[in-house]
Amino acid sequence: MTESAQTTESRSVPPARPYPFSVPDRLVVDPTYGELRENEPMTRVKLPYGEEAWLATRYEDVRTVLGDVRFGRAPAVQRDEPRLTPRQQYSGMLTLDPPDHTRLRRLVAKAFTARRVEALRPRTQEIADALVDNLVRLGPPADLVEHVATPLPIQVICELLGVPYADRDRFHIWSEAIVSTTSLPMETIQEYLNNLWGYIGDLVAERRREPGIDDLLGALVRARDENQDRLSETELVELAGGLLAAGHETTVTQIPNFVYVLLYNPDQLAQLRADPSLVPAAVEELLRYVPLGVGSSFARYAKEDVEVGGVLVRAGEPVLGSLSSANRDGTVFADPDRLDLTREQNPHLGFGHGVHHCVGAQLARMELQVAVATLVTRLPGLRLAVPEAELEWKRGMLVRGLLGMPVAW
Amino acid sequence: MSAAWRIGVDSRRCIGTSICAGTAPEYFHLVGGLSAPLADVVAPAEVVLDAADSCPVEAITVHDTTDDRLIAPQE
Repeated sequence: MTESAQTTESRSVPPARPYPFSVPDRLVVDPTYGELRENEPMTRVKLPYGEEAWLATRYEDVRTVLGDVRFGRAPAVQRDEPRLTPRQQYSGMLTLDPPDHTRLRRLVAKAFTARRVEALRPRTQEIADALVDNLVRLGPPADLVEHVATPLPIQVICELLGVPYADRDRFHIWSEAIVSTTSLPMETIQEYLNNLWGYIGDLVAERRREPGIDDLLGALVRARDENQDRLSETELVELAGGLLAAGHETTVTQIPNFVYVLLYNPDQLAQLRADPSLVPAAVEELLRYVPLGVGSSFARYAKEDVEVGGVLVRAGEPVLGSLSSANRDGTVFADPDRLDLTREQNPHLGFGHGVHHCVGAQLARMELQVAVATLVTRLPGLRLAVPEAELEWKRGMLVRGLLGMPVAW
Repeated sequence: MSAAWRIGVDSRRCIGTSICAGTAPEYFHLVGGLSAPLADVVAPAEVVLDAADSCPVEAITVHDTTDDRLIAPQE
């Protein structure tokens, strides 16, 4: 018997479980993850679309899958990758590995460093204050999603990229295509993406007519025009459009999620209100605690045989890493299911890990800090204006969040 | 181009994203969750600048060993 045959034999491959394990229920983390971390840390799963995959649920294993260079995203484009969406993605940064990925990432990473983002904080605070002023003027009950959570990150990303905020109603609709799984028909997703790329294409042409404009879009256009090998025209448009759309669907969703969690942890909310210096730690804890993703996406493909969590993953096999599960791993986070805004060690994976670690992470952190601080200090009586059962949650999207959040204060 | 570069990782700034170790695995690895250079002084290589310029908290610095000039992160 050959050595590889022995390994195959010693490797027990359990039957695949349908995944996600359950229909998402508000911001509840399915208890199956906890059982799997305990008993079967690498499990087989079958997503609604694409091939079967391994799912890693322990913190260390998820970090290995996302961070180890023996895993990559590039092979996905040649496979029927496991996914929640009928549509498979064949381009963009999440389909590339270094060095191709590095070429694109380096072009945008500079605009999102902690230092650059810090310079945007005063303006972000100004926007947040104006939005809360407006909310107060409207009077309770008012929708926090519509009046604060949505406009805040959109205005910031528009100013950073150089996209006219006045056009927001158009590209806001198209942006849903990026995170839609089944909320939109496939043809509509394609139509919205085409609209988004077309819209960005027009702005690119505008930057070429007026070179010198000092925003991220202008910088990307200059990078493209100075060295055609560095960035193709399609990459340029998809990169800028992707940043615009990502700026819409993530922080926009997390602001109400954070407020929702805080309202259901009144002792912690009171603590935060009494001591706003806790805001940065609170935001990190909320990033850990809130399971933003509906399931796990963007499987990494093993480039060689790799042992993960006691299982031999064969070269060519896809592995998903559950961020929500890793963030509740009790071997890393004491009392993991408890929200603790004063948690000191908090190496959560809310923004992922490895080369695809969210490029907008520092911007999102800053925006969330500003949003949380502004809301808890300026609206001390903040509360839901409807019974919880009346809240409507997103369906058919990659992210979990509220469609609307009527509040009073 | 100078003969050697000195790589520094500020462990107080590092947040352990592992972007550098994924971008330039011959030069960076994670130790206890934080980045560290595999060697402090290296021959010039573009991928080191890629890693430094991709760090979201600018924890990585690259200096020219001959005149101590800062090569990365670039403005």
